[in-house]
Amino acid sequence: MKRLTILTVAAGLLATTALAQEKRVTIASWGGSYQEAQSKALFQPAAANTGIEVKEESYGGMSDVRLQVSSGQVTLDIVASGSGSAARAAAEGLLEELDYSIIDVSDFYPGLYTDHCVGGDVFSTVYAWNTETYGADGPQSWADFWDVEKFPGSRAYRGTVAGALEPALMADGVAPEDVYDVLGSEEGIERALNKIRELRPHIAVFWTSGAQHAQLMKDGEVDMTTGWNGRFDNAAKDGAQVAYSFNQALLDYDCFAIPKGAPNKDTAMAFLAEISKPEYQDDLPTYITYGPTNKAAYETGVIDAEVAAGLPSSPENAALQLPVSLAWYAEWETTAAEMYQEMLTE
Amino acid sequence: MQAADTPQRSYETPVPSGMNAAGLRRDARLERLKLFGLSSPALLLVLVILVIPVGWLFYVSFIGANGQFSLENYERMITRKSYARIFVTTFQVSLLTTGLCILIGYPLAYFLSQLPSRLASLCLITVLLPFWTSLLVRTYAWLVLLQKRGLVNDWGISLGLWEEPIKMVHNMTGTLIGMVHIMLPFLILPLYSTMKSINRDYMNAAANLGASPRRAFWNVFFPLSTPGLFAGSLMVFILCLGFFVTPAVLGGGRVIMVSMQIVSNIELFVNWGAASALGVVLLVLTMAILWIASRFLRLDQIAGGGH
Repeated sequence: MKRLTILTVAAGLLATTALAQEKRVTIASWGGSYQEAQSKALFQPAAANTGIEVKEESYGGMSDVRLQVSSGQVTLDIVASGSGSAARAAAEGLLEELDYSIIDVSDFYPGLYTDHCVGGDVFSTVYAWNTETYGADGPQSWADFWDVEKFPGSRAYRGTVAGALEPALMADGVAPEDVYDVLGSEEGIERALNKIRELRPHIAVFWTSGAQHAQLMKDGEVDMTTGWNGRFDNAAKDGAQVAYSFNQALLDYDCFAIPKGAPNKDTAMAFLAEISKPEYQDDLPTYITYGPTNKAAYETGVIDAEVAAGLPSSPENAALQLPVSLAWYAEWETTAAEMYQEMLTE
Repeated sequence: MQAADTPQRSYETPVPSGMNAAGLRRDARLERLKLFGLSSPALLLVLVILVIPVGWLFYVSFIGANGQFSLENYERMITRKSYARIFVTTFQVSLLTTGLCILIGYPLAYFLSQLPSRLASLCLITVLLPFWTSLLVRTYAWLVLLQKRGLVNDWGISLGLWEEPIKMVHNMTGTLIGMVHIMLPFLILPLYSTMKSINRDYMNAAANLGASPRRAFWNVFFPLSTPGLFAGSLMVFILCLGFFVTPAVLGGGRVIMVSMQIVSNIELFVNWGAASALGVVLLVLTMAILWIASRFLRLDQIAGGGH
């Protein structure tokens, strides 16, 4: 009798574990208002519709994944990541290959998904200006950002290399489509750095986080900065005198990946397929001004024309921008970052 | 210290026979062993949480990107000029902070030491108060005060003291202001305790022998206060070497110290070695400074030991 009970309990446990394994995913993202938006627009509705139980966590980025994979203790099934760090993690072999027969990317913008990471939202690295200093008609190109005679005032610029070299080359007269060709050598990187050296006396702050560049504009500490468009919209909502333009901005995206050896890999794949559908992606802009990666999300009628016009990935805005090249970052980021550090410490 | 006292006390009454002396020595040895036994939990703790991780740090710093033994993490520091500049900045900031702390802290500690004790303890609490506030909060508070449209600039301009906003933050100035504020108690506390222990009769005696107050201070008081001054300065200097939050927030990305480079190396390179090597170099430099310092002053004074 006793044995039978134990067997029943054991069988029951096995059954529930098996069930749970099939129907549960752990997702890690960046926390804050960004993850809140993802949770409301993507994770919670998709969980309700598929019956997959979602456990959300926040994490410190791909270095956490590296630690989990190298120690063989993988607990995360899905991670949200910047496209660049995902590309590097993939090159290191930290990510599972995604199955695009399950995840439907036929309506995705080209280049917003890779073998290891499927795009979740589109954001832009833009130049933003203080509307008290320059009015609504601020700088309209990177050349203007560099033009301290036409637009006198202090600048802030990124303290790390990602998204910092492309604007410099465009300001130096390189056509957007040629930027990554020029950057494909140490001389090209040096050319961009020299352009930043030129502006350096006017760069008051080298920022290191999105919260920081938003605060700098809000406090009027600098008159112009580079940064991520969503942060400036939030700052403007809080009363900051800030505007930005998409012209010559860098079009980049965040994506979802599955760490190598994820405990619920198959469920994770199914869940990614679900949240990549237009009916989820069209809700994201309601919570944060980042655009969908799936073109079809614009056609569901949820994103109205006014909202769409303000999103980085709307067709009109996307056409103005330079898509960030992951291939370049995978090959050159480390070298470029070291050279950038040289420039910063001079 | 009891162990050392025991045989000494025995000489107060002459010990006649060799047997007895040997017995006493044995006792002394035994007592030393007992003391060692008592301190072993703490020693073990130091071993586990300090020696082993630091040893691991040294080991990891010699592992290259491919997982093999390699000197590449150290070679990088030589070939890339930025690392030398970062170390120079780190020492520059640390020296300037220490210097400013001495300039501000010495007069304050002297003033406190001359106050009646009750008043002095009250004032000491105000010196200690910043200790109980979060470092991050204090650092951001300085940012709010010192920025272009911050309180200090607003007041200065509205009072007509200056016309254009002064750049007081996102540069070396802001970093130093923040760091001096945070480090000051580390200098004042040992200095105050040293000054407090200086017998006032010495000053009276000097005055009695015709020394002017100034001369009495420089010839009598100041030399007696130097152990506390050295101890405090050394502590401030060494704490500054590893500082992260304040220069990161108030330096505006233009004051880059070693600790900040350690963070970016972890993010940038795919192995821990690149960051560990920086840690090792900083640790070795700090120990070298401690060693040099130990030749000029007794390090146990930092812990408030013998004056």
